[in-house]
Amino acid sequence: MTQEQTSSRVPFTSVTAIAVPIAQANVDTDQIIPARFLSLPRDEMAPHLFRDLRYNDNGTPKPEFVLNRPEYAKAEIVVAGRNFACGSSREMAVTVLQDYGIKSVIAPSYGDIFFNNCFQNGVLPIMLPEARVNQLLRFLLELPGASITVDLPTQTVLGPDGQSDRFEIDSFRKDCMLRGVDEIAMTLGYEADIAAFEQRSITARI
Amino acid sequence: MAGSAQPRTMFEKIWANHIVVDRPDGYTLLYVDRHLIHDGSYFAFQRLKSRNIKLRRPDLSFGTPDHYMPTDTRRKEDITNPNSRRMVTSLAIHGAETGVTVFDIGDRRNGIVHVVGPEQGITLPGITLVCGDSHTSTHGAFGCLAFGIGSSEVTHVMATQCLWQKKPKTMRITVDGHLGKGITGKDVILAIIAKIGAAGGTGYVLEYAGSAIRGLSMEGRMTLCNMSIEGGGRAGMIAPDDATYQFVAGRPYAPKGAEWDAALARWQALPTEDGAVFDREVTLNGPDIAPMVTFGTSPEDAVAVDGVVPDPAAATDVVKREGLTRALQYMGLRPGTPIGDISVDRVFIGSCTNSRIEDIRAAAAIAKGRKAVVPSWIVPGSGIIKEQAEAEGLDRIFKDAGFEWREAGCSMCLGMNGEIGRPEERIASTSNRNFVGRQGKGVRTHLVSPAMAAAAAVTGRFTDVRRLLD
Ligand code: SF4
Repeated sequence: MTQEQTSSRVPFTSVTAIAVPIAQANVDTDQIIPARFLSLPRDEMAPHLFRDLRYNDNGTPKPEFVLNRPEYAKAEIVVAGRNFACGSSREMAVTVLQDYGIKSVIAPSYGDIFFNNCFQNGVLPIMLPEARVNQLLRFLLELPGASITVDLPTQTVLGPDGQSDRFEIDSFRKDCMLRGVDEIAMTLGYEADIAAFEQRSITARI
Repeated sequence: MAGSAQPRTMFEKIWANHIVVDRPDGYTLLYVDRHLIHDGSYFAFQRLKSRNIKLRRPDLSFGTPDHYMPTDTRRKEDITNPNSRRMVTSLAIHGAETGVTVFDIGDRRNGIVHVVGPEQGITLPGITLVCGDSHTSTHGAFGCLAFGIGSSEVTHVMATQCLWQKKPKTMRITVDGHLGKGITGKDVILAIIAKIGAAGGTGYVLEYAGSAIRGLSMEGRMTLCNMSIEGGGRAGMIAPDDATYQFVAGRPYAPKGAEWDAALARWQALPTEDGAVFDREVTLNGPDIAPMVTFGTSPEDAVAVDGVVPDPAAATDVVKREGLTRALQYMGLRPGTPIGDISVDRVFIGSCTNSRIEDIRAAAAIAKGRKAVVPSWIVPGSGIIKEQAEAEGLDRIFKDAGFEWREAGCSMCLGMNGEIGRPEERIASTSNRNFVGRQGKGVRTHLVSPAMAAAAAVTGRFTDVRRLLD
């Protein structure tokens, strides 16, 4: 399946791109990619990103939804309300965004599993304070098509208003993102430690 | 061990027992004792295969197809959607290729992954357990560390039996006092989420404590831990006690004989010690908890059955106000409507939250001698539960009351198997998510306990189950 072969990590350094505002809290993974599309191969799943927010029943686009507005069509950054992508563990919530072209997401908080899944796929999830995210959302709605710069080496987000904000990221995650490290290959390098653990642990036995 | 004078939480003990490597940057390579797999894990197996990596510990991995299998048949050939059929049929094939035990369709042990794990004694106190499904938090009811992971991490566990984790924060949620008549684990967890919010537990492992929690059966505890994720917590846990040991004893994969005695001694040392410090403490008063019903599209939108649909205008926070307005529009509800005045079109009793024998008994107690006035489904969590319910005559009670008695699976919880509602259909559901479109496009989901769902089935609206008891 092409899906899984292409989903190893892509290195991430810096991106300057149009940002699309999703000005809602608790946008769940069922909104990002409804369950009924989850058994499709990855390339067939991509068009269903935000399916029910984005399209009417008959398949025509809903003009009011942000991704249907031409100014945001080339967006590579999503700015969203708190608890973004809460809900299920479906990793397709990341990959459909990625296949749309999204490289980074900015929100006050995330569903924990989605947050992890982003790193697994080389998409950078950034947490900024809610007040700042709300400011960014307002700017992006007022100035459709405005750009944001996300720079991982300096850990900064440069908004369309010229304000620069620092974001936090663990050195482990940062390093893996910058180098596009394959986690499985890295972990297999710890084989001796894993084998030693299995020797001494009681619960690792059936 | 150094520093062991400091009282520790149960979480800290289990975490410490599973550290393979601690890196200076704060990341830990954590060992995974049990890996549960379902039909949605198809892509993870494919990825492993495409990279030519061996599944490291098939003996610690167990699979059961649940999400994509229709619940009106046990024949895989009956699955009409070819993609779904491939997901279901592949699990046994992947299992045979890798050596993973699979409880396949047709095996009485087959069922929803979070029902099957505990039922088979795969879920044990003190272990780490993961699964590519967010409701893996369920298993924490046994005093283990269990959490959901994404598909890349599933592949990682298959390859290495480990995961890179950063130590989460801990939150203790204490519920003291006696729960009232008809109040279940479901009502307790909905009350908790209404209090802390759908993101309240984000970044935390939750430990549930207090006399009301200790008074719950294992089924009730599983319901509670199951919905930890709806409160933002990746994992929820409850200290093991006699109820836990009784449930586990004699299960097929549980330790036996001398191993059991040794395990029991280890388990008894697990509970959080007096004086251990949590990053956050939350308390609820058990006797205050009423039967709960959700009215919106986030699990935090829950009120007591004798309450009313709240007015978004009363919300102080703009985001919350806009969210509630959108939710009520979707749900077709007006502010101020008494919950008891809301009529339902359909009832679903099932899912990994509420499909265990106690849930089915509670629903049967309400259904007995009454008639369902709307289409109502009972979907047991496993083939074994179905058999047990039938042995107790519960299927007869349901059939006599006009309920539909079905085969095991996830079913209408998220309708991946095609079992979904119609647009604008209002469903009283014992599942865990009332998200927009979760049970089908446009479907309006209200989360309730099994007894409340049965009460809605026989009255056609949300009815305080306490009025129907004895
Ligand atoms: S019953 Fe629902 S929540 Fe539980 S595993 Fe199945 S689909 Fe997921």
